[in-house]
Amino acid sequence: MNGEVRDLAVDTRTTLLDALREHLQLTGSKKGCDHGQCGACTVMVDGRRIYSCLTLAVMHEGDEVTTIEGLGQPGNLHPMQAAFVKHDGYQCGYCTPGQICASVAMLEEIKAGMPSHATADLTAAPRLTPEEIRERMSGNICRCGAYSNIVDAITEVAGRQA
Amino acid sequence: MKPFTYERALSPAEAAASAARQPAARFIAGGTNLLDLMKLQIEVPPHLIDVNGLGLDGIEATSEGGLRIGALVRNTDLAADERVRRDYGVLARALLAGATGQLRNKATTAGNLLQRTRCPYFYDTAQPCNKRQPGSGCSAIGGITRQLAVIGASEACIATHPSDMAVAMRALDATVETVKADGVARHIPIAGFHRLPGETPHIETALEPGEFITAVTLPPPLGGQHFYRKVRDRASYAFALVSIAAVVQRDGTGRVALGGVAHRPWRVEAAEADLPRGAKPTMAAILDGARPTHDNAFKVTLAQRTLASVLAEAKG
Amino acid sequence: MKFDTPATTNPIDQLKVVGKPVDRIDGPLKTTGMAPYAYERHDVAPDQAYGHVLGAGIGKGRIAAMDTAVAKAAPGVLAVLTTLDMPRLEKGQMNTAFLFGGADIQHYHQAIAVVVAETFEQARDAAAMIQVRYVREPGRFDLAAEAPNAKLTSADSGEGSGAAHEERIGDFEAAFAQAPVTLDATYTTPDESHAMMEPHATIAAWEGDRLTVWTSNQMVAWGRRDLAKTLGIPAEKVRLDSPFVGGGFGGKLFLRADAVLAALGARTAGRPVKLALARPLMANNTTHRPATIQRIRIGAGRDGRITAIAHESLSGDLPDGQPETAVSQTKLLYAGANRLTAMRLAVLDLPEGNAMRAPGEAPGLMTLEVAMDEMAERLEMDPVEFRILNDTQEDPEHPGRRFSQRQLVRCLREGAERFGWNRRAAKPGGHREGRWLVGMGVAAGFRNNLVMASGARVRLDGGGGVTVETDMTDIGTGSYTIIAQTAAEMMGVPLEKVAVRLGDSSFPVSAGSGGQWGGNSSTAGVYAACMKLREAVAQRLGVNSAEASFVDGEVRAGNRVAPLGQAAGVDGLVAEDRIEYGDLAKRYQQSTFAGHFVEVGVDAATGETRVRRMLAVCAAGRILNPKSARSQVIGAMTMGVGAALMEELAVDKRHGFFVNHDLAGYEVPVHADIPHQDVVFLDEVDPISSPMKAKGVGELGICGVGAAVANAIHNATGVRVRDYPITLDKLLDRLPEVA
Repeated sequence: MNGEVRDLAVDTRTTLLDALREHLQLTGSKKGCDHGQCGACTVMVDGRRIYSCLTLAVMHEGDEVTTIEGLGQPGNLHPMQAAFVKHDGYQCGYCTPGQICASVAMLEEIKAGMPSHATADLTAAPRLTPEEIRERMSGNICRCGAYSNIVDAITEVAGRQA
Repeated sequence: MKPFTYERALSPAEAAASAARQPAARFIAGGTNLLDLMKLQIEVPPHLIDVNGLGLDGIEATSEGGLRIGALVRNTDLAADERVRRDYGVLARALLAGATGQLRNKATTAGNLLQRTRCPYFYDTAQPCNKRQPGSGCSAIGGITRQLAVIGASEACIATHPSDMAVAMRALDATVETVKADGVARHIPIAGFHRLPGETPHIETALEPGEFITAVTLPPPLGGQHFYRKVRDRASYAFALVSIAAVVQRDGTGRVALGGVAHRPWRVEAAEADLPRGAKPTMAAILDGARPTHDNAFKVTLAQRTLASVLAEAKG
Repeated sequence: MKFDTPATTNPIDQLKVVGKPVDRIDGPLKTTGMAPYAYERHDVAPDQAYGHVLGAGIGKGRIAAMDTAVAKAAPGVLAVLTTLDMPRLEKGQMNTAFLFGGADIQHYHQAIAVVVAETFEQARDAAAMIQVRYVREPGRFDLAAEAPNAKLTSADSGEGSGAAHEERIGDFEAAFAQAPVTLDATYTTPDESHAMMEPHATIAAWEGDRLTVWTSNQMVAWGRRDLAKTLGIPAEKVRLDSPFVGGGFGGKLFLRADAVLAALGARTAGRPVKLALARPLMANNTTHRPATIQRIRIGAGRDGRITAIAHESLSGDLPDGQPETAVSQTKLLYAGANRLTAMRLAVLDLPEGNAMRAPGEAPGLMTLEVAMDEMAERLEMDPVEFRILNDTQEDPEHPGRRFSQRQLVRCLREGAERFGWNRRAAKPGGHREGRWLVGMGVAAGFRNNLVMASGARVRLDGGGGVTVETDMTDIGTGSYTIIAQTAAEMMGVPLEKVAVRLGDSSFPVSAGSGGQWGGNSSTAGVYAACMKLREAVAQRLGVNSAEASFVDGEVRAGNRVAPLGQAAGVDGLVAEDRIEYGDLAKRYQQSTFAGHFVEVGVDAATGETRVRRMLAVCAAGRILNPKSARSQVIGAMTMGVGAALMEELAVDKRHGFFVNHDLAGYEVPVHADIPHQDVVFLDEVDPISSPMKAKGVGELGICGVGAAVANAIHNATGVRVRDYPITLDKLLDRLPEVA
């Protein structure tokens, strides 16, 4: 868990999300819908982004879980967190940790050459266009509507990485 | 969510045997649909058999020149596989049109085939539903039906199958490989895998109780141009109103399967002879016998127009 | 401080901190997951138990019996409280539907029980064990069918827009009959859901007869008052804390079942209780923007001047509810000597209709601004020019009453210029790019500016730091930041020296967050408190406050220079005040304006509409922070796209409920739906509005967007759809033939 081994005894019914929020008190991962319909609970498991509300804690024994708390803290922001602040890529803040976790993992997916619905040529490496970012980030709903700014934030970080 | 016991199976045979001992048990792999339904108590398994450790996550070439896709291959990995992207574009496109990056990272090949309907009345446990509670009635009929089936439905159920992947699989004539509770393996052609609702809409596939999917096999590549066009209100993260999986050859022949219109991926092989003559006759034959509601009659028009668009694109 | 004469030069005009696009001061907390939302307060009360709310499974009727025996005996269960255990609770002042108590079911998913258990999993499971026997009653679920029974009803939306039940100026019917060019069209807008990302959630804890709730609420003082009223306890015994609100959009203006049932559950269980409304419960359990049926008639001369305009709106609500004030902007937006507005309200047995972002104007402009587009087409005029021709600089119902500021014409002109409006094909369907039919649309944006009394307390410490306390909320609007900017400007300190504490009912009562009044009003309250603090500082330092300047952490007066902190002494220096308003809002019409421009592509085969470009040019007084204000506008534009293209709570008219009651069924825009968005703020200061010379902007951004999308679709395809949302099925039959 964010680089530490944590032992937990939970109900078989406890989702990874509730294990984080209620048992480990890592409340950065949000519960917006609890049904995989919003993306606010996005975390990375073994480097891959998933919805933590649709998986059971007991199914992740031994897995490496990275949450928003593991990316950076106030005063020590991850570049993506800093870019969200700079571009005002959030408003109420509730979807924000999910957006940030998703965007960090998403850039790795593009680097690894994974295609998306927005990829014109399936046999070529995907390009880092706004259309690709928007499609790949569509699993994270922001009802405040900060999308345009979020894409700017991600684009800046991606540009720096490239 | 009802309490349940949980085990991690170590082999397909063990998984099947465990399921045989506890008929109400469910296999869990990605869990993205099952846990959603368990939270609403639409699914109430007393026991979960976690099959993620079975190692069925490889994609290998078959001796016939096709691909054998392990049941546990994640949607993301299947869509990213070079052979799939090169030779089965319709499948890669269908996978990528479905759900979201996060869901595709969890969702498996077998689980995707076994997705349950997104009919809102199925999802609302205060409403009668023959799928949830056989014999209780269908509250969708006469209700909000815009998303629901236009063909192959029954008086008992007008739900649709929500999968995109399965529509492409249907166009590709995939085969579902399983192992039964008694350890016997069998091969089920995709055409016979999903059922129409009839009087028993709660029975959705040809699987027997406890039967376990081990792989899905694709025949050798078809060549041609591959299309998957998913039409929806929202640009992403939405189920299809209508989707079309199509493989079109240079001479205008090809294959077409539809999503979003029926209780299973919808394909009428005989209608495909009309493809060179265009979308109108082809779709008329595919959707012959459609009985849409007032609210979803547009799907018939939409299917035809979408196919026309695909065929136009194929012509270039 | 009473604000009753237009503002003159004041310390805010320095604009050293105010008006700058500074990053939000709460950004590091929000982006690291450290900002504490209601359900996450593990720190506030020990030994929290979990509550789960059960909703009714019928739309109308009553409960004959409930069997809770199995639930009570379930593992971990601490308490089961049902609606039959108590008489109907008194309603809060702002509530229409009853929240709990008694056997009657007014609407689907009305809260009928709360289960408290040791764990979340136990509480949720036990709630499903409660057996309920209902007696169904026929209900009124179909707005159109109830139209004949609807009554003329006046209303104030409570969020700024209001209208008399019927208002007549001149002789509309005669003028309309004589007009050479007319439009008589009926439009519909659907029920919509706020769908904020954070569900309604509360932790409640009792200490004796004192109750504290950590909750998610836009209006702390209303929430406190109405919770006390509902529970039948004195308001002084209730403390409400809402420092971070994960979105509201009007859905968290009022007391809801989460707070009531957390409090009741905690009392019954004898433990602090935390609960959140499950997402599938929210659409029917809480409030929504009500559907409307709107008839608009416009008559104009051949020169394009409007001579007659009528706007009549029908909406529905539960008994004692209010109409959607969809006609309010039509009273003020365009000239015309003969006018009629009217609102009718039908009684419906659907869940409570109430305020959602720009109630009144949002659905009102979705129709009025399409009607204007249709009229421009009939007049063969450019829609921008038609609007400009009919601009008015005075309240058309009260000639002589001026707008405090009105730059609509500039919004439209500058928008047209920037957007490349001259490239728009005048003839619909005239621009195709491959698969896509491309079109542009325009709409005027209009939203009234409301001012509300607002209080704040400011504390100066010996280090020159300033702490602001007010019960104002930040629902994503940027309150923390603009309040800090205001205090920094007023006290002459850098932003880092200001701490802002919000959302606690023990702080001075503020304007709260609603009706786009929050930013301007709450900072005006901070301004008032800071003026008092400056006074106190001057007194402590023995200087004349009129001569004192507060700069760079120092107080300067004549030859004297003292560090600001010196005035604080050991105990600090505290000032509290409240901004109150005189009759300037009556003497002047205060409104905000925008020009919305949208380009869409419509798939010629499938009818799928995708927005390609968006621009809003806004005139909304002084912009306190262009970065967060811009975010408010793009967010509202996004919600406007949703309203135009996809959002609709689908009503099952047989059983009386919103069928698509989750975030998969109720589609709101995702990333892929929204292109890059441009926002321009015109230079404007409005000294009539407040000492901040600012106005609201958070709702202006949605007002008109939907119509601009609709008009763009018409320009792209030639198809006019008068029923929202404009989904492809409404276009399909009228799109070009395909092979």
